Amino acid sequence: MKTFNYHVAKDSKEASKLSSSNSAFLAGGMTSIPSLKLGLATYKDIIDIKHIKKLSGIKVSNKTVTIGATTKHAEVASSKEVQKAIPSLAKLAGGIGDAQVRNRGTVGGSIANNDPSACYPSACMALNAIIHTNERKIEASKFFKGMFETALKKGELIESVEFQIPEKSNYQKHPNPASRYAIVGVYLAKHKKEVNVAITGAKASVYVDKDISKALSNNFSISAINNMKINSSEMNSDIHASGEYRGSLVLTYTKKAIEAC
Amino acid sequence: MASLVGSRVERKEDKRFLTGKGRYTADINIANQTYAVFVRSPHARAKIKKVDVSKALKSSGVVGILTGEEIATDKIGGLIAGWAIRSEDGTEMKVPANPPLAKDVANFVGEPIAIVIADTLDEAKSASDLVKIDYKILKAVTNTAKTMSGETIHDGIDKNLCYDWLLGDREKVKEAFSKADKIIKVDLINNRLVPNAMEPRACVVDYNTASEEITLYTTSQNPHLSRLVMSAFGGVAPENKLRVVAPDVGGGFGSKINVYNEEIVCSWASKKIERPIKWVAERTESFLTDTHGRDHVTHAELAVTNDGKFLGFKNETIANLGAYARVFGTVTPTYLFGPCATGVYEIPAAYSNVKAVYTNTAPVDAYRGAGRPEATYTIERLVEKAAMELGIDRTELRMRNFPKTFPFKQTLVHTVDSGDYVAGLEKAKQMADYNNFESRRKESEAKGKLRGIGVSSYFEACGIAPSAAVMSLGCGVGLWESAEVRFNPTGQISVFTGAHSHGQSHQTTFAQIAADELGVPIENIDVVHGDTDKGTFGMGTYGSRSLTVGGIAIVNACKKIVAKGKRVAAKMLEVSEDEIEFKDGEFVALKSNKKKTIGEIAFACYVPGQRDEMKSPIPEGDEPGLIESSFFDPANFSFPAGSHICEVEIDPETGEVKVEKYTAVDDFGRIVNPMIVEGQVHGGIAQGIGQALHENTEYDETGQLITASYMDYTMPRADNFPEFNLGFTCTHATSNPLGVKGCGEAGAIASPPTVMNAVIDALGGQEISMPATAEKVWKACKNLKKSNSKAA
Ligand SMILES: Cc1cc2nc3c(=O)[nH]c(=O)nc-3n(C[C@H](O)[C@H](O)[C@H](O)COP(=O)(O)OP(=O)(O)OC[C@H]3O[C@@H](n4cnc5c(N)ncnc54)[C@H](O)[C@@H]3O)c2cc1C
Repeated sequence: MKTFNYHVAKDSKEASKLSSSNSAFLAGGMTSIPSLKLGLATYKDIIDIKHIKKLSGIKVSNKTVTIGATTKHAEVASSKEVQKAIPSLAKLAGGIGDAQVRNRGTVGGSIANNDPSACYPSACMALNAIIHTNERKIEASKFFKGMFETALKKGELIESVEFQIPEKSNYQKHPNPASRYAIVGVYLAKHKKEVNVAITGAKASVYVDKDISKALSNNFSISAINNMKINSSEMNSDIHASGEYRGSLVLTYTKKAIEAC
Repeated sequence: MASLVGSRVERKEDKRFLTGKGRYTADINIANQTYAVFVRSPHARAKIKKVDVSKALKSSGVVGILTGEEIATDKIGGLIAGWAIRSEDGTEMKVPANPPLAKDVANFVGEPIAIVIADTLDEAKSASDLVKIDYKILKAVTNTAKTMSGETIHDGIDKNLCYDWLLGDREKVKEAFSKADKIIKVDLINNRLVPNAMEPRACVVDYNTASEEITLYTTSQNPHLSRLVMSAFGGVAPENKLRVVAPDVGGGFGSKINVYNEEIVCSWASKKIERPIKWVAERTESFLTDTHGRDHVTHAELAVTNDGKFLGFKNETIANLGAYARVFGTVTPTYLFGPCATGVYEIPAAYSNVKAVYTNTAPVDAYRGAGRPEATYTIERLVEKAAMELGIDRTELRMRNFPKTFPFKQTLVHTVDSGDYVAGLEKAKQMADYNNFESRRKESEAKGKLRGIGVSSYFEACGIAPSAAVMSLGCGVGLWESAEVRFNPTGQISVFTGAHSHGQSHQTTFAQIAADELGVPIENIDVVHGDTDKGTFGMGTYGSRSLTVGGIAIVNACKKIVAKGKRVAAKMLEVSEDEIEFKDGEFVALKSNKKKTIGEIAFACYVPGQRDEMKSPIPEGDEPGLIESSFFDPANFSFPAGSHICEVEIDPETGEVKVEKYTAVDDFGRIVNPMIVEGQVHGGIAQGIGQALHENTEYDETGQLITASYMDYTMPRADNFPEFNLGFTCTHATSNPLGVKGCGEAGAIASPPTVMNAVIDALGGQEISMPATAEKVWKACKNLKKSNSKAA
């Protein structure tokens, strides 16, 4: 690990002021610290945002669940309020990585990083989330830009994520056996007017499968997608899973999600 | 006094391990110590044209940088192969030079080329980035099966072939096969595994400029052997000027048998810079440079009659040694593999032919089971397939071919002294509720799942012995073990052993044995190991040898203590020696019933006299003190055996395999501590399930290890396992006085074929290679659907 300056920010304003083109925020450190150790990333300044009280916590209203950026996965998983409002979101958080990762990793870090196999981005897409930053509000559909790429500008800080409470929802994940990230994750949410099926792990970045979502919006049952063909040509292919296998998992887990709803 | 042998004594080592008070090599720091970082080859095969350290030397805090040039100039020897194997044509095996720092050519990714030593670790790291190496990249050879047609890696080693070894009789096998009704064939890959000890390798070297003695603290399974090798072959220092200490060691599984480049280089360098040096591997370095395990490509055949009699067996294997031949690298795929490949069966004719090849990958050496898991996988896959093709129940077929009397003269080498294979399999069937499997299969089918059952019956040969026999087969050392039992004047006892515990709980097991022999409370006994300055020489721990060889040396030394105690007691009680009986820690004069405790005897041995009385308790011909030692060289290997049964359930939509039930019935002879033995079996089965379903070591065609972290290398976790259902049968070993057999590796030997047989059963007999990952299984499920719909 190369040396760097370590700062503890007391509020969002200071955090953003300290940031530069050669800095990173430190939330759970579950991604940034391994990349520093392996020499995959080097920064001049590391800005610790864990001590900014305003960034952490869970608020539930009639229509939405808002989770502060530095709220840990374990907190979301065990929150009675989240379990009641959007049980699938609590389940998603409780299935991330392992206990150690869940006790440090945060929702803000997860979506800022936009790992193609991370779980949270699929929840954001399916639950029409709004990402609140220190500068603006960004709709999930405009937030995730590509592999490890988001709409965030340099120094822009996620403060919270606001999820829309659906009528029904479910998250299904085929874990990478080694890391337990998603090989394929399917987040299915049935809202009043539409069904969103967001897929993570399968392609370079999270996406909503339009065909499946449309078919299920018309007819919310397994039979609506039984004969559907998945085009797996754009799907990720690596030592853990071929594109063809990922394609098949998308359908399989969508069906499991419908069953579980 | 109740016997401690056989009881669940709590582990003496638990307190320090569970409270984080273990003392590992990385915990050791020495005043004025420097830190080492190794510059390693990023290429699998490359000529080293130039190593330029000039810029790095100017970097802050750098104390020194040493390369292959200096090590060659100082005539420091290279790493060694411990076992010489001869080819079928009588020629000796071919071994390339393996200098501790590569000078002219690098042969695997991670091979060390230079050591950078600095005041701090950060400084050593920064400087190591500035070492400039000019390489000419060469084409790497990585694929085990295709190695012999690849470019020659080592000068003068044609076809990259170390040896082409044969055990058995090809003619007899040919004849047996000509009489067969059916020939069962399998093509198998025994997947390469990374050992993944929890503690990465490390060393701390302290050179004493006054005494010129080097003290090496290191992560070793066999410190005495390390000292011997470093002195005799490395020329680092004479044995009397080299002390090797292996303190707490966090797992070895074979990967810490070897004396590695880093230990040799740091020891040599510490003497040069006259300062202590510390090196601790990072996890990536462990993946790249710890010796790996397995990596065989096998074609095997079994000749059978229609009524299920085995007539003949042949085994053609290519074994990947990696870039260099290491300590047990050459014997693992030969004498530890070939003889066991005929399994627990009477097969009149057999041969094993093994071609060992060099590739541009990390060296391969012993890994838990070493050769015997590969052997068991070969024969047990064949037998299970034979049962399927012959339509005979898999357990019935096995029983028909088990030997029914012992000693059992196994086809290729071993005479198995004891066992009862039928009893083991019967018990396993009962515990696994084997006979009702079909109803469980139907229940799974009703849920849309596939269920399979698999069996494997194994024996293994561990505690390799006697020395004369193993040396006649090419071993460079004898495989006896030593012990010293030392009474202190005030009655506590230090038991020194040449074995080394890195997870095996010797401090408890060995203390149980000594406590029983000496009739003293276990609290009075300390087991001391892991330091060449403490205790006599020893061969270390691997191959499930510690109890069957080292434990017996302790028993024998205790017996000598008791014998001397009897002589002393006789003199003190003024009776003849044969009138003394030793029981429960007391020497009793049978007629007078006068007695002396063993503690009193020890005191008298050290304080031999009394005021106003000119009388010594030491008999004529004896000396004061109470210390005895023993070197035990067993008459034979020990041969644990057993039968394991596994049931898996597969989700055909995703291909995920769930191990539903796992039953293991093992015969380890007499069991000293059932709790510790169960722990050993659990660990072994976990590793075996890891090999069967999860662990995959993959090099790409350029020789880069693409599974070099836990993001890509799947270590099994607790949630991958069901609760293991363990049972034991017991036939006493006749080759040692305790009747014990090794238990450390059995779990890893029996489980891969057990699990794979179950998976293949669920898949309707379709062959599939290890690890049976979800995608592979999913594909097989699709084939099954296709063939089922065709049949319908
Ligand atoms: C072994 C392992 C398994 C995992 N498995 C899963 C899994 O199954 N599913 C899953 O979804 N994830 C998984 N993760 C990811 C993990 O859950 C974390 O979400 C992720 O590592 C990043 O979160 P963090 O809080 O640790 O961020 P950090 O590592 O602290 O930061 C990561 C990046 O995000 C930026 N960042 C952090 N917070 C903010 C913010 N508020 N605003 C703007 N930028 C910010 C930082 O600048 C940095 O570049 C796994 C991680 C590991 C190590």
